[in-house]
This record gives sequence, C-alpha cells and structure tokens, in this order.
Amino acid sequence: MDATNARRVAYLNARLLDPASGLDAPGALLTEGGTIADLGPRLFKDGVPEGIETVDCDGACLAPGLIDMRVQLREPGEEHKETIATASDAAAAGGVTSMVALPNTEPIVDDIAAVEYIARRAREVKRVKVYTYAAVTRRLEGQEITEMGLLRDYGAAGFTDGLKAVANAGVMRRALSYSRAFDAVIIQHPEEPALAGGLMNSGKLATHLGLSGIPNQAEIIMVERDLRLVEMTGGRYHAAHLSTAGAVEAIRAAKARGLPVTCDTTPHYFTLDEGAVGDYRTFAKVSPPLRREEDRAAIAEAVADGTIDALASDHAPHDQDSKRLPFGLAEPGIVGLETLLPLSLALVHEGKLDLLELLTRLTSAPAGILGFQSGLTKGNPADLVVFDPDRAWRIDPDSFLSKSKNSPFEDHAVRGKVLRCVVDGRTIYSE
Amino acid sequence: MTSLNSDSANLGYRHPHLLGIEGLSAQEISFLLDLSGDYAKLDPRSHSYERLLDAHTVINLFFETSTRTRTSFELAAKRLGAEVINMSVAWSSIKKGETLIDTAMTLTAMHPDVLVVRHPDSGAVKLLSEKVDCAVINGGDGSHEHPTQALLDALTIRRRRGRLEGLTVAICGDVMHSRVARSNIHLLTTMGAKVRVIAPPTLLPSGVESLGVTAYFDMREGLRDVDIVMMLRLQTERMQGSYVPSIREYFHFYGLDREKLGLAKPDALVMHPGPMNRGVEIDSELADDIDRSVIREQVEMGVAVRMACLDVLTRPLRPSPEGA
Repeated sequence: MDATNARRVAYLNARLLDPASGLDAPGALLTEGGTIADLGPRLFKDGVPEGIETVDCDGACLAPGLIDMRVQLREPGEEHKETIATASDAAAAGGVTSMVALPNTEPIVDDIAAVEYIARRAREVKRVKVYTYAAVTRRLEGQEITEMGLLRDYGAAGFTDGLKAVANAGVMRRALSYSRAFDAVIIQHPEEPALAGGLMNSGKLATHLGLSGIPNQAEIIMVERDLRLVEMTGGRYHAAHLSTAGAVEAIRAAKARGLPVTCDTTPHYFTLDEGAVGDYRTFAKVSPPLRREEDRAAIAEAVADGTIDALASDHAPHDQDSKRLPFGLAEPGIVGLETLLPLSLALVHEGKLDLLELLTRLTSAPAGILGFQSGLTKGNPADLVVFDPDRAWRIDPDSFLSKSKNSPFEDHAVRGKVLRCVVDGRTIYSE
Repeated sequence: MTSLNSDSANLGYRHPHLLGIEGLSAQEISFLLDLSGDYAKLDPRSHSYERLLDAHTVINLFFETSTRTRTSFELAAKRLGAEVINMSVAWSSIKKGETLIDTAMTLTAMHPDVLVVRHPDSGAVKLLSEKVDCAVINGGDGSHEHPTQALLDALTIRRRRGRLEGLTVAICGDVMHSRVARSNIHLLTTMGAKVRVIAPPTLLPSGVESLGVTAYFDMREGLRDVDIVMMLRLQTERMQGSYVPSIREYFHFYGLDREKLGLAKPDALVMHPGPMNRGVEIDSELADDIDRSVIREQVEMGVAVRMACLDVLTRPLRPSPEGA
C-alpha cells in the first residue's frame, strides 16, 4: 500500500506509557498503516486533520502491546483444547500483541516444517503475532540437539523443551554452546526430573492431603546447575516460570557476576500459594507447583526489583476432561492470556513497583530477550494496548475467549482492564 | 626431547623421533620442508631414488585403521630401499591382553630401525617412543598430533605460494577432535602464518585461542580474505545430534561451497587431509576443481615428506651422512 493512502488512526487523550524510553505523559499517538507514525504530548493539540480516524482513549493508558513469551497453543494436535485462532482471540482480549508458543504440540516443533506450519497458520488467522520456539532436543527426548541454525533461520524465536527440563548436563552444555553460533536463547523448564515426580509442593499441606511432594530443591538445583553451564559455555540462558526464593537468589547472584541469564515468572507464582490447591483443586495444579507463602512473597519481590526480567502467562489450556479428575491424574496448567495484565497490575496497586516498570516486564524486557521490536517509537510496528489500570472487576473464566477455562482465579477480584488491542495498526479487540 | 647425537652432522633436525610439531623451531621445520621439497622434485617414474635405507627395517604399527597414511609411509620407505612390515593391530584385542609397553618390548627385540606408529589415544606414541630403542614417527595419535600431515600441508602451500609467513589460513570443521588441526596450528603459527579456526562452538576445544589462533563461529566471517582454506573431516558418529544436529545443517553453515569460498581471496587454495565426506564438509564439485583444490597434490607431497622424515631420522645410523 502506498504510504500516502495508508489508513491513519489518531489515538487521543491517552496516557502514553513507553517502558523503552521511560515516557509517561498525557498525549496522542498516530498510526499510519501498520506502523507508529508519530506520538507525543503536543500531537493533535490543535485538532486532528481531516482524513484521520480518531479513537478517544478518554484518559486510559496507551502502551506497547504485551509480549507473552510463554504460551501453549495446542495446535497442531490438540485443537479441542485450543487453536491458534482461539488463543489469538484470548491474547487480543488480554492486550497481548505477540505471543511465543512452546514446541510441545503434536507433531512436536523440532524441525523447520513445523516452524513453517505455525507461521503459515498465524498468517491465515492474522490476529496477534504468533511466534514459536523450537525444541532443544529432537522429539523432546533430551538427547540429540535440533537443527538450531536452520530453525533460527526459519524463524524459531528460541529453543526450549517446553514442559520438560533438558535434564542431561552434557546435552544442556552442548545446547548452550552450539546455540552461541546463532545467538539463540535456550529456555529451560528448571526442574530436576529426579526430584519432580510429585504432585504438589512438598510440605505440611502435601502431607495432610496425602499427595507426593516436589521440593523447592528440584527447581533450585536445576537453575544452579544450568548457571554453572552458562559460566562454562557463554550461552544465552533463560529460566522459565521461577517459583522459589532459592532459584531467584541463584539468578540474582549470577546476574551480579555478569552471566548472560534472564528469567520470567507467571502471575500465579506471585498471586497464589500452595493453599490454593486446598481441597484437591486441580485447577491450581501447575508445574512447577504453587509454593509456600515465603516463596510467593520472594517472587513478587524479585519482579519488583528486576531480578525477574519478564512476566509471561504460561498459558496452558486444558479441557474439562483433563482437569475433572483425581488430583494425581489431572493435567497441570492454567490458562493465563486473559488474566496476565490484571493479575500483574496487582503488584502496582500494592505499591511494589510503578506502572512503567511493570510494563517493562511485560513488553520491552521479553522483546529484548527474544530480539523483538517493542516500544512507542516512530517507525515501530503499531502493536498497542489501551487499558484502564484501575477499573475493578472479577475474573469469570466462563467469559474467556480461550477455548479452555481452566483457571483457579474464578471470582478473583482484580483491578485493570484491557479496552483495546491493536496489531499492526488494526484494532483486533475492543471492549 | 633430547638430542640423539649432538656431534651428528644432522644439524637441521636434532631429535631422535618425530612425535609432533609442537616444540620444533622454525629452522627445524624449514629444514624438513626443504628436504621434502627436494624429494618432491624427483620423478617417481624415473625409479632413480638413492637406496638410503637399504637393509633398514621400517615397521608400520597401526592401532587404528588407515589406508592412505600407512600406504604413503610404506611407499616412502620402499622408495628409499627399506624393508617394510605392516602391523595392523585392532586396539580392542590389545586391550584384552598385551599392554602397549609389552608390545614395545616385543618390537624392540626385533630391532627395527624406524617405527611408524598410529594410535587412537593421545600421547600413546610418545609413551611407546620412550620404551623402544629406535626412531619413532608419529603417524597420528588420538586428537593430539599428526606431524607428517602438517608438513605435507605446509609443503603444498609453499610450492603454491612460495612461503608460509604472512599467509592467513582458515582451518574449518571438527577442530576439537582433530590431530591434523593441532599439528597444522603449531606449524603455521611457528612459521609466521595467521591461523583462524572456524567451527560450531561444540567442535572447538575450550581455550583454543591459547594455541595462538582466532576462533570464528561464522564461517563467512572467518573465510573473509584468507589465502588458504583447510577443511577437516567430520566423523559420521559426531553428525547426528551430538556435536552437530544434522548433516544438512552442518553443510549449510560449515560446508565449503563456492558461495562461501567466494569470501576468501580470489586465488585461495582449498585443502583437505582426506578422506573427504562430500556434501558434509565440502561441496563435491569444489573438491574436484583443479584450479582451487590442491587435495591431490597433498597426497603426492605426503610421500615426499615421509621420505624426508625417514631419511633424517636414520642419518645417525649411517656412516657418512650427505653434506658431511
């Protein structure tokens, strides 16, 4: 499309929030076609020229769209739980403009054909931007590394064995080493499998319920081991969904030593503790398990101080048949695309960190880890979210656009609502 | 290494054995290359070699399968008139019974003049050399050294370029497991060439820079403006998901083809120690391109280099060395 004919949209009366530049000021933003054409406090002060559509934000926040670096799409293979289309709808409703899928589909994303398939389906669905990781090891078996160079060339955003840890230290060493040639990040599910055979967090509650426990050490040992391997190889390492104070401590120390490591967590680890499992509530069964209150508080603290770089939903859709089961047989996982922002905003409302810092964890930090563009900058893709940070509401999983409703947050009170989601200049969700 | 006989007229190379390139001086290397060059000038079809090793015995003791190196040594020794005995020993059977040192004792009792030894374990040839009373040539030990290969590579380069000093040489591929790479790195850096190693990080030994080379993960970057491209063989067992994920990925990023070679100097030479994996580390057509590939010449120079080494190491045994 010729630039002069491109559709232009003015977002007026917005609170512009840009973590990349530190901007937090009232103003307006102009998109032209798929990109940000202009923005600032003075833009359109003297009115909007003719031929430009207008969106009145009415004082709401306008920020770069969220980048959710950990979702499960279930397509291909388990379309009864979620599809790229339904996950995209859920993402848009959650203000997520880019999401990155785990490779644990059927077939597994461990070759270039699968990466291309996801890319083609995302083009066909054409809502939010959908990326995928590729597996670190073939068939997620933890033995032979995948064709990381070719997979990267074909668009793999990074490498992870998804819900499985790369358990063999020799294989992890090789993956961290080999990936350096392609500047790819290795994302670990940090859990030592030999210690993670249980069903919930180890401790009094597990003992009381008669459920086998997973100790904090399962996570801490794997993170500490991996950090030694990073030290040895110089590979880029990212630890996913931290749940323990000990793992946070290890990452904090590694960053202080200058290692190329990052990590994320997921709202349920700073929102809930093991008590949510309560009376065998399978919707609170998740991997790694919800931990003790001390760990929950430490995770919240680490998000606030930046030890935890990024927040991701760890969106894990499961149908009723996978959850309405005895605790031991139920699948672990929580849907999170539509609750990522409101649950995260609780940290701001509690005064743990300011809004701009929180948005860093949700936009520019994951973008930096993955090499994506993010930020309210002229020329950047117009991937935007408009949200009211204060509006109070209660989470109702039945109203989720996601095909699966497995959330432990039913009737949970939150503040903060997504009003509009824009991808490449196109509004794909509005309240 | 100590000098066998400091009064010997063998001034150019004063070691009893040839165990590696590391530790040799530039003068010693030049001396061996000069002599090798002289042997290379002789026409094999004239059948007019001096039978310097008449009545000498050379034993090729190979604990690892080899066709080309063993044949090259055998031919070199026979052209100099030596009696050659080839002993191929399956290392597995050795492990069951006789130790390496027992083997050395047995062989010493047979009084050979030169032992050419190849062994899958790094350091094994040196160990054996300490237990026998004849000259030992390392025909390749583990991932450690393969000195005659480095010499024949250097001779080939010198014949084509007239010098080694100041050239930039890229050594590409499985540097980690390669004795050819180590010997070449020692030789080329000693002779004043600049050496780059190019490989995926999994195939570069840790601290490779300590050998005086620059490491590259990106082959295109590493090949820029080099004079010589030395390819290494990638063993098949290292191709499937262990050190590299697949053959096609390896060839895509680290296989030498015309496009990547285009980044080197326009007249850059392509070398390979053989045997080649066509379509793995080198494009087949490129391997056969007589304008760029000197792979055949390397084989030819191998015989000349080995004749020179056999000549030099047996000089103390001969009453009046040439040039005395």
